[in-house]
Amino acid sequence: MFNIWTQLLKRDLLIAFRRRSEIIHPLIFFIMVVSLFPLAIGDDKVLLQKIAPAIIWVTALLATMLSLDNLFRSDFEDGSLEQMTLLQAPLSFLVTAKITAHWIITGLPLILITPVLAMLLYLPTDIVSTLVLTLLVGTPTLSLIGAVAIALTVALRQGGVILSLLVLPLYIPVLIFATLALQNVEQGFSAEAQLAMMFAILLLAITLSPFAIAAALKVSLN
Amino acid sequence: MEQESSLSDSLMVKNLACWRNDQVLFSGLDVSLKSGCVLFLQGENGSGKTSLLRILCGFRMPDEGEIIWNDVPVLSGSEYFQNISYIGHKNGLKDELTVEENLNLMRSMATVTDIKAEHVLKKIGLLKQADILSRLLSAGQKRKLALARLMMTKNSFWILDEPFTSLDKASIVFFEQLIKQHITEGGILILTSHHDIDLAGLNVKHLSLTN
Repeated sequence: MFNIWTQLLKRDLLIAFRRRSEIIHPLIFFIMVVSLFPLAIGDDKVLLQKIAPAIIWVTALLATMLSLDNLFRSDFEDGSLEQMTLLQAPLSFLVTAKITAHWIITGLPLILITPVLAMLLYLPTDIVSTLVLTLLVGTPTLSLIGAVAIALTVALRQGGVILSLLVLPLYIPVLIFATLALQNVEQGFSAEAQLAMMFAILLLAITLSPFAIAAALKVSLN
Repeated sequence: MEQESSLSDSLMVKNLACWRNDQVLFSGLDVSLKSGCVLFLQGENGSGKTSLLRILCGFRMPDEGEIIWNDVPVLSGSEYFQNISYIGHKNGLKDELTVEENLNLMRSMATVTDIKAEHVLKKIGLLKQADILSRLLSAGQKRKLALARLMMTKNSFWILDEPFTSLDKASIVFFEQLIKQHITEGGILILTSHHDIDLAGLNVKHLSLTN
């Protein structure tokens, strides 16, 4: 069972490596949008510093959403998904391999590039470390929640708009706690409470969403 | 253990019905199959053959009726589904992987894992293409690779939907042999095909779906 899990993870990483645009598109979108803000606002250091966490977090939400479409689409279209439902391991367990791969492909690069982009927005280093921490706890949640929505809409031809309607409201709690954490640090307080809350949301998403994803995929197969 | 139990499997379908777009595709369908039996589904296009097979695989819910495997009604998550080897219209291959990578992947997820990839590729005549991306294969070659799953499984219940589409004659003969061997070893098979399939000597039931 665990062998199948690791095989799936390896498969998805290998496929992503062969289709590099999948990794690069969301990342380029992230970099481009974040770097548009200093250009639009001008050299207003104080203002940029103030809104930088919000810019990075909102852009990260949108970049994650952009990358979701690939998650189950090809498996659905080439019949791999049908085969997956008949394996010796439950689908709810197997989808976690796909989501892990998705996070490594799309979430991790965002986090790695964030310190560079933070420099562009004049963010002080102590805030940058908290920002990276919130992204580290937050982006897996985004992948998990997004996977539920994409599993529901994978059978639809034009799922794009419905996807954003489904996903963005569910992303709001993560966004609120993340930006609140950064505001606290900015004002010299501790961000522990918000980070703990975000971690709790992540644990909740890890335990519940696989079942929702498996059920949604089965509905889509029907 | 699985081998032993596979010798005495039974499938019962009771009063099965399927509707699509407010039309009845079939209703009141009763089927009973035991180990060593083949069910050959026939019918025009759109008569519900694929829908029936998809219901048996659990991809679709039956609108009425139930499926009973080894005297136990099948529910979602039943062990029944792990006994199925299904080859549908879609091949389930990854375009971005080579033939050998696809095969290794299938093998690592199959129930028979001690068979060599090279051996399987030789049998289906794709040894030379082992390092080619499967996206570059012809339709028939892709089909052969998908059907190679059947060489790597102990599953007793095979469900094949038009398995021989775009296969050449030699490959059809090879997979017919594979099917015969599976049935004589006590497997169950349900298939649809518009090709003539040589199933001589086997216990074949015919079921015709009509609109």
